[in-house]
Amino acid sequence: MSSVVDKVWATLEPLTDPEIPVVTLRELGILRDVRETPTGLEVVITPTYSGCPAMGQIEDDVRASLEQAGIEARVITQLAPAWTTDWMSDEAKEKLRAYGIAPPHRTCGSRAGAGEVSVLKFVRRQPTEPVACPQCGSTHTVVTSEFGSTACKALYKCLDCQEPFDYFKPY
Amino acid sequence: MSTPIDYLLHLADNAVVLGQRNAEWCGHGPILEEDMALANVSLDLIGQARLLYQRAAELMGGDATEDKLAYFRGPHEFRNYTLLELPHHGALVGYAAADRDYATTIVRNFLYSALMVHVWDGLQQSADPALAAIAAKSLKETSYHLHHSRDWLVRMGDGTEESHARAQAAVNHLMPYTEEFWTTSPAEGAAVAAKVAIDVWALRPAWDALVNDALAEATLTRPNFHGYITEGKIGLHSEHLSYLLGEMQGLARAHPGATW
Repeated sequence: MSSVVDKVWATLEPLTDPEIPVVTLRELGILRDVRETPTGLEVVITPTYSGCPAMGQIEDDVRASLEQAGIEARVITQLAPAWTTDWMSDEAKEKLRAYGIAPPHRTCGSRAGAGEVSVLKFVRRQPTEPVACPQCGSTHTVVTSEFGSTACKALYKCLDCQEPFDYFKPY
Repeated sequence: MSTPIDYLLHLADNAVVLGQRNAEWCGHGPILEEDMALANVSLDLIGQARLLYQRAAELMGGDATEDKLAYFRGPHEFRNYTLLELPHHGALVGYAAADRDYATTIVRNFLYSALMVHVWDGLQQSADPALAAIAAKSLKETSYHLHHSRDWLVRMGDGTEESHARAQAAVNHLMPYTEEFWTTSPAEGAAVAAKVAIDVWALRPAWDALVNDALAEATLTRPNFHGYITEGKIGLHSEHLSYLLGEMQGLARAHPGATW
């Protein structure tokens, strides 16, 4: 990795999600790549949910940081491969939990493969692992609503400590 | 090149029109959680529409932009299913005599997302790589929309006498409009031939199975259909679309190029 690419990564490292300021864009998997091309440096970001209103802010933050550091680079938004919560590191998940948001379970294997005929494949099954309360750790929890304060979270309630909490949905 | 563009507009118009409709619940939800849920569903739909309009504008070239496609086309140029432009109520009599009937909202979201999970799943193999990428994202979001609407459908159908009656009235009102899913428009036919789209007709058994399973669990009855098949996707709409677009496009048309 060239030193200029390293410098871009280092410059963008402090940037966090505007809605969840404890995890960085890199840890969330939004900041995908920094590369040198014949026509200049490119910073690749990928949107989380299609309509996530934080994406505009995130792109602005990336541009502003690059400008401040005197780095000339294009910011490219790339859709494929589609962002997934599986890209989140264990470290990032622990930060979410400490912040009061239950981290997402892995999505791998939760959906039938392409071409597989299964009429019920899109219908919810009972989650294999229960969602643990980020406050008291109890797995005695219940979903209040599939949609929470942002598109990426669901609302849960802990039946032991009675605290409501956000669950970062597997995507 | 007009073939994929017309098909992209059909998908984009579906998403933006239903997104606009569902957003009418913002601040008026029956409970706080559902107010937020519907706003989130709308955000997803409008986000999907933006990606699709951006792709269409890119293919059209010239001075086409996502905003021009969303705000400066008239009702006859919109290619959405008629189902999606209808108000949140059936005939203003009996159980559905309300400006916004939540059962109508839920049943529509269920019928549409039960179709779209299969459409997006198939479109991941589209010959247009940009559409395939949008489909992969949209599938994840639409799966949550389906969970949400199916949950409420069952809760209402298998709920109280009144919630059951209202859910059944909504099913009776909306189900005939789903016949439009299964007729092939010229844009769809051409996109299928170009391998950009998938044949929706082939998805019918899977959709039927999802719908029948949910209706059975909700103790609701599926009405028989015999009648007129709507043609929103070829630009022949109900009167409701003009009012919806009037509200959605008014600001952009009164102040072209406005920013804030």
